[in-house]
Amino acid sequence: MSAPLSRRGFMGGAASLSSIPLLSHAAQAEPDSRPQKTPDASDPAQYRPTFFNQEEYLFLCHACERIFPQDENGPGAQALGVPRFIDRQMNTPYGFGDLWYMKPPFQEGPPELGYQLPYSPRDLYRGAITPINTHCLMVHDALFAVLPPEQQDAVLRDMESNRLRFNDIPGATFFEQLRTNTLEGAFSDPAYGGNHGMEGWKMMGFPGARADFMDWINQDGAPYPFGPIGMPPRPDPYSPAFQNDEES
Amino acid sequence: MTDDTSRPARPDVLIIGGGWAGSIMAKELTEAGLNVTMLERGHDHSTAVEGTYPASIDELRGVARKRLFQKLSRTSLTIRNRPDQTALPYRQLAAFLPGEGVGGAGLHWSGCHFRATEDDLRLRSVTAERYGENFIPEDMHLQDYGVSYEELEPFFDKAEKVFGTSGEASSVRGQKTGKGNIFAPDRSDHFPLPPMADTFSASVFRAATTDTGYHPFSMPAANASQPYTNPYGCQMGPCNFCGYCSGYACYLYSKASPNVNILPALRRDRRFTLITEAQVLEIMLDDTRKKATGVRYVDLKTRSEKTLEADLVILSAFQLHNVHLMLVSGIGTPYNPVTRTGTIGRNFTYQTITSSRIWLPEDRFTNQFVGAGGAGVAIDDFNQPSFDRGKAGFIGGSPIWVNQSGLKPIAAAQSSGGKEAPRWGSTYKSAMIDQYRHSFAIDAHGSNMAYRDVYLDLDPTWTNAYGQPMLRMTFTWKDNDIRMNQHVVSHIGEIAQAMGATRTSLNSLQPGQSFDSRVYQTTHLNGGVIMGENPKTSALNRYLQSWDVPNLFVIGSSAFPQGMGYNPTGLVAALAYWSAHHIRRTYLRNPGPMVSA
Ligand SMILES: Cc1cc2nc3c(=O)[nH]c(=O)nc-3n(C[C@H](O)[C@H](O)[C@H](O)COP(=O)(O)OP(=O)(O)OC[C@H]3O[C@@H](n4cnc5c(N)ncnc54)[C@H](O)[C@@H]3O)c2cc1C
Ligand code: SF4
Repeated sequence: MSAPLSRRGFMGGAASLSSIPLLSHAAQAEPDSRPQKTPDASDPAQYRPTFFNQEEYLFLCHACERIFPQDENGPGAQALGVPRFIDRQMNTPYGFGDLWYMKPPFQEGPPELGYQLPYSPRDLYRGAITPINTHCLMVHDALFAVLPPEQQDAVLRDMESNRLRFNDIPGATFFEQLRTNTLEGAFSDPAYGGNHGMEGWKMMGFPGARADFMDWINQDGAPYPFGPIGMPPRPDPYSPAFQNDEES
Repeated sequence: MTDDTSRPARPDVLIIGGGWAGSIMAKELTEAGLNVTMLERGHDHSTAVEGTYPASIDELRGVARKRLFQKLSRTSLTIRNRPDQTALPYRQLAAFLPGEGVGGAGLHWSGCHFRATEDDLRLRSVTAERYGENFIPEDMHLQDYGVSYEELEPFFDKAEKVFGTSGEASSVRGQKTGKGNIFAPDRSDHFPLPPMADTFSASVFRAATTDTGYHPFSMPAANASQPYTNPYGCQMGPCNFCGYCSGYACYLYSKASPNVNILPALRRDRRFTLITEAQVLEIMLDDTRKKATGVRYVDLKTRSEKTLEADLVILSAFQLHNVHLMLVSGIGTPYNPVTRTGTIGRNFTYQTITSSRIWLPEDRFTNQFVGAGGAGVAIDDFNQPSFDRGKAGFIGGSPIWVNQSGLKPIAAAQSSGGKEAPRWGSTYKSAMIDQYRHSFAIDAHGSNMAYRDVYLDLDPTWTNAYGQPMLRMTFTWKDNDIRMNQHVVSHIGEIAQAMGATRTSLNSLQPGQSFDSRVYQTTHLNGGVIMGENPKTSALNRYLQSWDVPNLFVIGSSAFPQGMGYNPTGLVAALAYWSAHHIRRTYLRNPGPMVSA
C-alpha cells in the first residue's frame, strides 16, 4: 500500500480497506528470529475480529500501536495481541457496560466527577472510530491507519488533550478508554488474548502467576531471577461456563 | 449455621451486612445465646471458591473488572465537590471500592491494622487543651468519640488476636520493649504474631529514617507472619508476599478476613443464620418511630420483597450504606448544612493520601510485585501527639510509610506517566518499565477533618435498581488538610536523599484541588452516623447505639467523627467489640437507651 487512501476511496467502501497492512512497516521489518512453523492459531495477526468491523479494527490496530509501540524495549500492542484482546473484551459484560452504573439521566459535569456518557465500551468504540477517521480524511486526506506515525500521534494528542470531540464523545474520554484497554491487553494474562507469549510481562520484569515470593521478600536489590509463568490451564475465560461463574 | 429455610421464624437479632462489623457482632451476639440472622446483599464468598489459585490472582478479572467489588449497575451514589454543584453519579468504580458479598470489603482489603490513639479519640479536647479553642476553624466540626483509649484497649487487643495481627509492640503494661512504634500507646499484650519481614524497599526506608533521626517501625499487619490459630479456632497460614491482598481474596488463608477468621466459627453455630442475596431496603419502625421492628428486603434469588422482624437490629452495611439506610428509613434527623442541625450525614470524612515516588540506581531492583497488603515500615513522627501543630498551623497529621503491597503490571502501566511526563508512546514505555523495576512509593496517609459543607444526603434525581434515591456525597479537600499533607510531604525529600534516590517525585495535595472521583485513593470513608456525647451533634451514643432508636446499633467507620491518619478497620473492629460487650453486659439485661439523652 503506497498511496494513502483518498476520501473518495474511503467512501467507496470497505473493500479498499483490506489492502492496508495491519502491521506498520517498522513492525514488519523487525526480523523474526524464532524458527518458522506452520501458521500459529495464537498468532495475533491471524485473528479475525468479531465485534469490530474491518475499518474499526484497522484503526484499533494502529492506534494501540502508537500508544504502546514496538521499540527497543520489546513488542508493541499489535504483536502483543492487544487489538484481539479488546475485540474479545467487547463481548463480555464489561464491553456491554454491565459493570457501570448506567441509569439516566446523563448530564455532563466537571472532569473530577467522572464518566457521564450513556455509552458502554462497545458504544464508545463504535461511536468514536468512524468520526476519527472522518476527521483524518478531512484534515489529512487519509484514514488514521495510513497516516505517518507522527500524524497519528498528533491526532492522538489532540484527543488526549480534549481538543477533538466526536459527536457527543469528548476526545479525552475515548482516548482514556483506548489507553486503558491497550494497557490491559498488554499486561493481562495471555488467556485473554493480549500479552502474547507473555512478552508484556517479560518486558516489565513481572513474573506472572508465580505469586510466591517467600524467598524474595528482600534480596537487597537483586533482580528477581525467574521469568514469568502464565496461569495454569483453566476454562477459556470467554466460554459461557466461565462467564456464568462471574457474579451477575 | 441454619439455612434460609430452616431458620427460626423470628430471630432475636438482625444484622445488615456481612463484613467485618457484621461478622464480629454476629459472633458476639450468638455467644450471648441469641439467634442471629445476617442479611447480606451479595453472594456467599469463601477462600475455597473466590480464593482459589489462579483465579484469585488474575489482575484483569480482579481489580480491572472489579470481581469482588460493589456492583455499581445496581446501586451507586452521586458525587459533587461543592453544595452549589449538581452531583453526578459515580458510574465507574475508581476513587473507592466498596465490597459486596459475604466478607464485604474485608475480603479484599489490604490488612494495615492500626489502633487509634488517645489523641484520635479525643481530638477536639486535646486540640483545645494544647492550642486553645480558637485554633479550631469555625467551619470544622471537630469532635471527640466519647470513648477513651483505655476503655477501648481490651477490644483493640481482642481484634488483633482474632485477626492474627503481625507487629511489634513498643510498650506492654508499662514495659518498654525498645522496638516498635515509640509513639504508640501502651498495650495490655504483645501482638499475636511477630512483625512481617521488610521488603527491600521497606528496609531502605527503615535505614534512611533511622539515619535522619525519625522513628521507623514495622506496620501492624493483619497478614500472618507465621501459622496461627485464633481464639475462635480459625486457622491462618504464613503469608508468602504474593502481592495480591489489596483488591483480591487471599488464596493462602494468610490475610485476615471475616471469611477466614470469624465465619468458619459462626457457620458451625446453630443460632446463626446467613441469608445472602438479600438487599435490605429499609429498617422498619413502629408507630412511635422510636423502636425498630425489623427490616424490609429484596430477596434477589426470587426477586420478591420480604420482611423480617427482630428485637434488635445491627446496621453494619459499610459506612456509605449505613448512612443511606438511616436516611431512607427516616431514622434521626438528616443533617442540614445551612442550619448545621441534624446528624445523619454530618461529619462525612475521608483519608488524605498522596503517593510520592523515588528511584534507585539502575543496579537496584525493587521487585515491586513482591509484597503484602499490611507489611511495611512507617514513621509516626508527623502523626504523634507531641508533633507541634501550633507551629505548623493545622489539625491532624500523617504517618509516612513504604507499604509495598504488590504492584501488578496493569496498575503499574496505567499509573505511569502524567505530571508533564508522557502517558503513552515509546518514551512512556521506557520510563514505565524503569519505574516498575527500580522505583517504589512512599505514602503520606493522613487525617481528614470534618467540615460544615462536607456531608451526605439523598440525591434528588438518581435512583438505585430498587427505585430508592441514591446517596449524595458532597466532598472536597479543605485548606487545613491540604496544608497538613503539604507539610508532611515536604519532609519526604530529605528521606529520599538519605535513601540514595537518583530521582524523586513528590506528590502533595495542591491548594484549591478538588477531590477527583476518577483516581483510586482509599476506601477509608468515615462518618455520617457518628458517635459522641451529645445527640445534637452525634447520631449515636458512645456505645454506637442510636439516640433515636435504642434497639438499633450502627457499626462501622460511619461512627468516626473525623478521619484519622491510620487506616480505619482496627478501630472499626474495636468499636464493634466495645459495642457488643456493652450490649451483652448492659443492654440485653435492660433494653433501652444506655446513655440518657
Ligand atoms: C482495596 C481496599 C483496601 C483496604 N485496605 C485497608 C487496610 O489496609 N486497612 C484498613 O484498616 N482498612 C482497609 N480497607 C477498608 C476496609 O475494607 C473497611 O474498613 C472494612 O472492610 C469495613 O468493614 P465493614 O464491615 O464496615 O464494611 P464491609 O466490609 O464493606 O461490609 C459491609 C457489607 O454490607 C453489605 N451491604 C451493604 N448494603 C447492604 C444492604 N442494603 N443490604 C444487605 N447488605 C448490604 C455489603 O455487601 C458488604 O458485604 C480497605 C478497603 C479496600 C476496598
Ligand atoms: S500477600 Fe500474603 S496475605 Fe496478601 S494475598 Fe498474598 S499470601 Fe495472602
